Amino acid sequence: MNDDRRLHSFDASVNSSFVELLRRQSPHLLPGGPAPDVPHGTTVLAMRYRDGVIMAGDRQATAGYQVASRRIEKIFKADDLSGVGIAGAAGPAMEMAKLFQTELEHYEKVEGDNLSLDGKANKLGQMIRMNLQAAMMGLAVVPIFAGFDEKAGVGRLFKYDITGGRYEERDYDAQGSGSKDARDSLKKLWKRDMPRDEAMRTALEALIDAADEDVGTGGPDLVRGIFPTVKTITRSGFGDVADDEIRRVCEAILAERTKTGTGS
Amino acid sequence: MPLPYYVSPEQMMKDKAEYARKGIARGRSIVTLEYADGILLVAENPSTLLHKVSEIYDRIAFAGVGKYNEFENLRIAGIRHADVKGYPYSRGDVTAKALANAYSQALGNIFTQDIKPFEVEVLVAEVGDANGSKSEIYHILYDGTIEDEHNYAAMGGQADEIRRFLKDHYHDGMGLDESLQLGVRALSVTQNKTLTERDLEVAVLDRTKERRKFRRIPPEPLSQLLGTTK
Repeated sequence: MNDDRRLHSFDASVNSSFVELLRRQSPHLLPGGPAPDVPHGTTVLAMRYRDGVIMAGDRQATAGYQVASRRIEKIFKADDLSGVGIAGAAGPAMEMAKLFQTELEHYEKVEGDNLSLDGKANKLGQMIRMNLQAAMMGLAVVPIFAGFDEKAGVGRLFKYDITGGRYEERDYDAQGSGSKDARDSLKKLWKRDMPRDEAMRTALEALIDAADEDVGTGGPDLVRGIFPTVKTITRSGFGDVADDEIRRVCEAILAERTKTGTGS
Repeated sequence: MPLPYYVSPEQMMKDKAEYARKGIARGRSIVTLEYADGILLVAENPSTLLHKVSEIYDRIAFAGVGKYNEFENLRIAGIRHADVKGYPYSRGDVTAKALANAYSQALGNIFTQDIKPFEVEVLVAEVGDANGSKSEIYHILYDGTIEDEHNYAAMGGQADEIRRFLKDHYHDGMGLDESLQLGVRALSVTQNKTLTERDLEVAVLDRTKERRKFRRIPPEPLSQLLGTTK
């Protein structure tokens, strides 16, 4: 240990460079350093059900230990037969979702035909890869992409890593800070070919579990009347689930948990 | 060195215009009509794959007559113009007027500078809101001349006859079926045969639709609207 101290002045990082000094003492002052606390989207999930795929997300954006927004939307319609759920830095993620929408619509208008679901999934992967540099500085965007494959006649979903790596999931997946809890919940509750009502309830159970365990994820807000978003993608297109219906299911889940003590 | 032939500018423009007009006159026609819920575009076009009418943006449609490869180029340029404008600004900032002006500039430049003018006429239509903003229809000619049309427009080989027919028969507030039947009668005014759903390409800008107002009408519902279903 003494040797280390004696050789300290040979350490390359201890020299007359001011930049090196700044890097050690106040890295946030360096240009292009790690990003400050920007709003992050937290939990989104997608799962297959009888008619296609269901996508759901909580409504909270979190910056550090602060709630940045209580009402943001994280599930976006990409086109008539697909949707993107965003997690990660909210600003770049929403920009990416908008760019992706425009990309799909542009292709459709110019070609007079839709991209295949695989084509759409690959394109989104390339966009995530373009964001890699920002991702290394803490502005990672990791969406979930789900859609109805017209050729195969089934719903499919894809997850990504920050390098744009694309992985198809068979049954369900979640992304964001509460994703582990949501996935754990889905692991127990998800069943093959669930009807719409049951699938919706399962998705909301998973989000409520995520909100329960993860500080960044927002649960159903009964005081303000803010509830998670749920979208369905089936053969007949991308559909919103009405707020009233989501509220009813959330209230039923919470009432059940109050009664039985589940999740306490 | 031999001197190049001298051709007076008047003569050159006249020749080019005549050349373009001849090309356009060979093609089939398109009519556009405002109806109660938006704008109807009817083209005589037996092909189901090569379109003359298409979507540009949320509330904007395009129609072209004349040489296919030339108006197809203009169509794609229009989509690019609209998407590049709507992405950084807002979707509401993309207007038919700006697009029609861009087409007018492009066709005008091609007409004066290139040896061969484009043998096309194009039409840009934008549907108004339900809350009273007016629909707009712009008609741009091969030389960049731009006109804004009201209620109806026609272009292509028999445009003059069709316009005369529509002037006598058009009235406000027609339903989709009525305006479609009028449009088809207008297209067949110079020919002896009756046009069926197989000869037609029909699309509407339907203001009752969400965001993207453009919708093609496939043959099945088309024959129902025409009242020719057996």
